Amino acid sequence: MAVTDMGRGVADAPPKVALLNNPRVRGAIYQVLLAVVLVYLVYAGIGNMLGNMERAGISTGFGFLDNTAGFAISQSLIDYDQGVSTYGRVFVVGLLNTLIVAVIGIFFATIIGFLVGVARLSNNWIVNRLATAYVEFFRNIPLLLHIFIWYFGVLRLLPQARDSFDFGFLGLLNNRGYFAPKPIWGEGAMLILYALIAAIAIAWGISRWAHKRQMETGQIFPAFWTGLGLIIGLPLLAFLVMGAPLSWDIPVAGGFRPSGGMTVIPEFLALLVALTTYTAAFIAEIVRAGILGVSKGQSEAAHALGLRQGQNLRLVIIPQALRIIIPPLTSQYLNLTKNSSLAVAIAYPDLVSVFQGTTLNQTGLAPQIVAITMLTYLTISLLTSAFMNWYNNRVALVER
Amino acid sequence: MTKTVLTGVLGAAVLALGASTASAATLDDVKAKGFVQCGVSQGLPGFSNPDADGEWSGMDVDLCRGIAAAIFGDATAVKFTPLSAKERFTALQSGEVDVLSRNTTWTMSRDTQLGLNFAGVNYYDGQGFMIRTDMNINSALELSGASICTNTGTTTELNVADYFRANNMEYELVAFEKADEVVAAYDAGRCDVYTTDQSGLYAQRLKLTDPGAHKVLPEIISKEPLGPVVRQGDDQWFNIIKWVHNATLNAEELGVTMDNVEEMKESDNPAIRRLLGTEGEFGTDIGLDNDWAAKAIAAIGNYGEIFDRNVGPDTELAIGRGVNALWSQGGLQYAPPIR
Ligand SMILES: N[C@@H](CCC(=O)N[C@@H](CS)C(=O)NCC(=O)O)C(=O)O
Repeated sequence: MAVTDMGRGVADAPPKVALLNNPRVRGAIYQVLLAVVLVYLVYAGIGNMLGNMERAGISTGFGFLDNTAGFAISQSLIDYDQGVSTYGRVFVVGLLNTLIVAVIGIFFATIIGFLVGVARLSNNWIVNRLATAYVEFFRNIPLLLHIFIWYFGVLRLLPQARDSFDFGFLGLLNNRGYFAPKPIWGEGAMLILYALIAAIAIAWGISRWAHKRQMETGQIFPAFWTGLGLIIGLPLLAFLVMGAPLSWDIPVAGGFRPSGGMTVIPEFLALLVALTTYTAAFIAEIVRAGILGVSKGQSEAAHALGLRQGQNLRLVIIPQALRIIIPPLTSQYLNLTKNSSLAVAIAYPDLVSVFQGTTLNQTGLAPQIVAITMLTYLTISLLTSAFMNWYNNRVALVER
Repeated sequence: MTKTVLTGVLGAAVLALGASTASAATLDDVKAKGFVQCGVSQGLPGFSNPDADGEWSGMDVDLCRGIAAAIFGDATAVKFTPLSAKERFTALQSGEVDVLSRNTTWTMSRDTQLGLNFAGVNYYDGQGFMIRTDMNINSALELSGASICTNTGTTTELNVADYFRANNMEYELVAFEKADEVVAAYDAGRCDVYTTDQSGLYAQRLKLTDPGAHKVLPEIISKEPLGPVVRQGDDQWFNIIKWVHNATLNAEELGVTMDNVEEMKESDNPAIRRLLGTEGEFGTDIGLDNDWAAKAIAAIGNYGEIFDRNVGPDTELAIGRGVNALWSQGGLQYAPPIR
């Protein structure tokens, strides 16, 4: 041991050279120089900007966030009162509107994308062709056009508020949006929520236990179905026990637009459908590539072990395909989120529209507002990437 | 991590901002490049609107042509930059345009917080509402609960909020970035009401599928003094814009028109002689030739001519002079004298 160590030490000892020619020292010097130059550029840049703004008489600082915003916003997930709420609140309203369309969009785009991707590999000629047609149609037309088609095209087909489509209990549909029944929770409704949380926790525990037992003994426990049963059953039980504490506020037609219920504005629907269908086309291709990327021998081996086709897909193909799918899938999620800023074209009140749009114009403080908006998108994107990277590491092949 | 990113972003913004605001002598820049860069709308008939050949026309456009004529003696020495309501102030602040002449309302915050100056009012307007005739609504006070389409980045957005709040009415605001999308959405029935400056309503109504099926309600809910805007900190340039506009008003008052401007130079009236540069050194003081106003009027005419040609009763917009008549005829248009 000692001998080899010594031997290696001697062989690797760097030849005596001037400190400046030492690659490591040199590298460090370059790094420091680069950092100094960068810091100086940024510092000078900010100084220059502040100076310019001051000279041009443009206010600096972020105090405007506490000023009252005088405009209305057509969709808000939190309380927003025009003429009372501040620009800071406008930012939050816009951010939530961006996030909700992004999250729901990602959810549906993933489902549609997986279905279409698998369908493209189907041996059934019609299914296969339909899936191909879907992909080619949706990914070859610019997204903005999709949004306009869904918004202006579909909007024109919907009836005026006076002659809405009436779905009875399910609400009303007209060119002002979809007016859905709104659930009104009565006393004891919290228990249902607790029951749901408890059910999820138990289901998770069972699945861990089942996995462990299967590893140890090879016995299979139907953890998925038990979990699903729990997650539906427990809250349902709580609901019944509490005496069904739920009533519905059903929208009624009348006036300029129906009153009561919840409104889903057409801008949201158009944007959601456009983002989802467009992104799903890309996801489908990624899924197809991922599945094709798993070598055929894997399936053959699985069949040889006696796995059924479903088990083969679920236990052998998909886990391996996921490793290929996740990184490009992450890009698609980021794209969808960022593309949601096209909302501004159809008056959906997302972050860019209400904050970088309306707020910027009412205050005129472009540098601050653009910086905040960019930073926000950057943060959302970095968080999404971080989450997906974490997930990717989890599904990465564990070699045993 | 986020820190570095923030500074990066700011740094980038700076580089964009840094280059432009520095120069103060806009007139020198304009003379050096040989034309005036003028920010206008993306298409608002009567104010700034490109025709099929890309030729711009309208009151706001004429003001820019007048400025070019006053400087170069050539009304075509001007280039137009179409700007949305949202982009306009940034474009002016960053030096992308020399003057913004785009149905822009003079408000205190725009005047005092944005580093800008309003050089006058070339159209006194007010905000109105347009609605389908078959809705059988005759007053804005019947609009509670209505959906309202408008442009983002305008005073319109704020006025409508004030008005509905003051009258205890509810409404849904649907705000688009581009005026054409507002028109399309209103036309598609997304909104009951289209609100903007009244002049804008008359102009945009021409773009609807069936203009006859829409009417403008009588209420005017705001003051919208529209006028040209320049950057703060360059008084000479500010003066030029201000006085080209004033010259068109003085010309109307004094009976100087596009056609008679040459003869009028020989007039006995000292006010006319000063206006047209036959007497006095008024041009020199703003860095121009003494016949600066004569050149502008020869190119675009006096205020009355500009009004009638672009939005007046004989045009498609058919707007009467109303408050935009000269003060001597019961209107608000009033220019300080040239002396
Ligand atoms: N005067 C108002 C509104 C100006 C405005 O943007 N009006 C719209 C609607 S009339 C417009 O000019 N549209 C034409 C365009 O955007 O090209 C303001 O200065 O904020």
